[in-house]
Amino acid sequence: MNIVELQQAEKNYQGVEALKSIDLSLQQGEVLGLFGHNGAGKTTTIKLILGLIKPSAGQVRVFGEDPTGDNAYHLRRQLGFLQENVSFYQQMTGREVLDYFAKLKGCDKKQVTDLLEEVGLAHAAMRRVKTYSKGMRQRLGLAQALLGQPKLLLLDEPTVGLDPIATQDFYQGIARLKAQGSTIILCSHVLAGVEKYIDRALILGQGHLLAEGSLSTLTEQTNLPVTFHLQGSNIQLPSALQANAVDINGGLKLHVNQQQKMATLQQLLTLPSLENIDIHMPSLEDIYTHYMNEVQHREPPR
Amino acid sequence: MNAILTVANKEFHDGLRNRWVMSISLIFALLATGLAYFGAAASGQAGFTNLSTTLVSLASLAVFVIPLIALMLAYDGVVGEDESGTLLLLMTYPLSRWQLVLGKMMGHWMIMAFSTIIGFGLSAIIMGSFSENTTWNELLMPYAFFITFAILLGWIFIAIATMISASVIEKSKAAGLALIVWFIFIFMFDLSLLGLLVGTEGNVNAELFPYLLLLNPTDVFRLIIISFFAEQQLTGLMAVAQHAQFSMFSLIFSMLVWFIAPVLGAISLFNKRKL
Repeated sequence: MNIVELQQAEKNYQGVEALKSIDLSLQQGEVLGLFGHNGAGKTTTIKLILGLIKPSAGQVRVFGEDPTGDNAYHLRRQLGFLQENVSFYQQMTGREVLDYFAKLKGCDKKQVTDLLEEVGLAHAAMRRVKTYSKGMRQRLGLAQALLGQPKLLLLDEPTVGLDPIATQDFYQGIARLKAQGSTIILCSHVLAGVEKYIDRALILGQGHLLAEGSLSTLTEQTNLPVTFHLQGSNIQLPSALQANAVDINGGLKLHVNQQQKMATLQQLLTLPSLENIDIHMPSLEDIYTHYMNEVQHREPPR
Repeated sequence: MNAILTVANKEFHDGLRNRWVMSISLIFALLATGLAYFGAAASGQAGFTNLSTTLVSLASLAVFVIPLIALMLAYDGVVGEDESGTLLLLMTYPLSRWQLVLGKMMGHWMIMAFSTIIGFGLSAIIMGSFSENTTWNELLMPYAFFITFAILLGWIFIAIATMISASVIEKSKAAGLALIVWFIFIFMFDLSLLGLLVGTEGNVNAELFPYLLLLNPTDVFRLIIISFFAEQQLTGLMAVAQHAQFSMFSLIFSMLVWFIAPVLGAISLFNKRKL
């Protein structure tokens, strides 16, 4: 059974198409990255999966059931959600906030203590949320999402406001949850660092599905070049490569097809004046930029 | 049921935390005690006087204050959570929409009931202890009756405020609407009825006209309190009710209708709200 299944799901808001025929299926234990510009349809997709809105056309299934249907009540116990910019209840302490949500979800108070410990808020549990930094609020939000050990986690911009170390910790937490069998949808426009932790990426643009697949599939599909940064004075490239090279400060920049990476590398290493070499593989960011450029060329944004 | 109580309990504790309960209790206690002591000042004497006079005047004062407090307490109940983003989050929890909105109202009702009992109850105790011509027994029933309907009046306006809160997108709009509702029920309505009487030189259907009073919960509340202390003279607009001779039952019934209708209204408006 697929944990999440979208079939030709569409959503219109008063005539405006927020989402156009999206297909998606997610198996247990998968981590999906959901990417796109502002207004691309990320939040709409998440709301559809959470059952907060009904699709205008097509079908949405979560754990094999309609998330807006009569069984949604049971379904929601197995869901965890962290939304963008949640500010919680400023006057309550972190502990009180979590106690409240735990009660609503029907899980015991022991879990609250454990989760506060896990996200590193145990020391601040008795302080009011008002005094929390942005990162602490985000961690409180994460603890909230983890209440009741959800089988499906939806995280909307989870690392916004987290410092690099906290971001690292967060992604390691994701890896742990995945190992425990959780299915995770990660929605973000901060792309750096996400690659390692997602199994698949889904890129949305203006409500359309632009690309979907594992990182290696997408890298292949886009056929983006490998970039070499060559340092050294007066590097004489073989004539076949010269066309793809550009002069930069203190060296050359060379774009090469992925398939020719190794062959080119061997050629380059024989060059006498080469002092240093830096290889840049197409990253998630490059892939994303590639698709974004494509959609902009296809139809100008309204 | 559990979820409703969880939400209600949280709202009530919010009320304790941000001093709503304390402030409302204090206002009510001061209002009631002050009126009881100085109520007869106009006739040249201070001190605790006639109980029924006191409570009837208190009712006329309460219809200004109770709706205002109730509206202020609950106008941001739904729209405030929406603005802070927690409404969306709550809707992903195992919690139906009607449970959330009913829980919110119940929490506010608890705040209102608690503060009304404390506030007016305190003034009853003060009056009982210091007044020489009223015994505890004489005091108990009238005050219990008054407090019960003061609470119900507050509950009605909490439900109305929740209705407002569930139907708007911005907090400031909810505040504005709440103020308008207060103004209409407290001033405009009675003024228009009086205007109608004066304008037609009293030439209105005497049978039908009093029933218009039932369209305003604050008037119903005053009629209930006045009818309870039957010996009191009906003054002002209330005098038109003499023609109709509303029974206590019909007054209480219309008060209950005024309570249930906005509760259902708030639930149905919230069900239609877009997230």
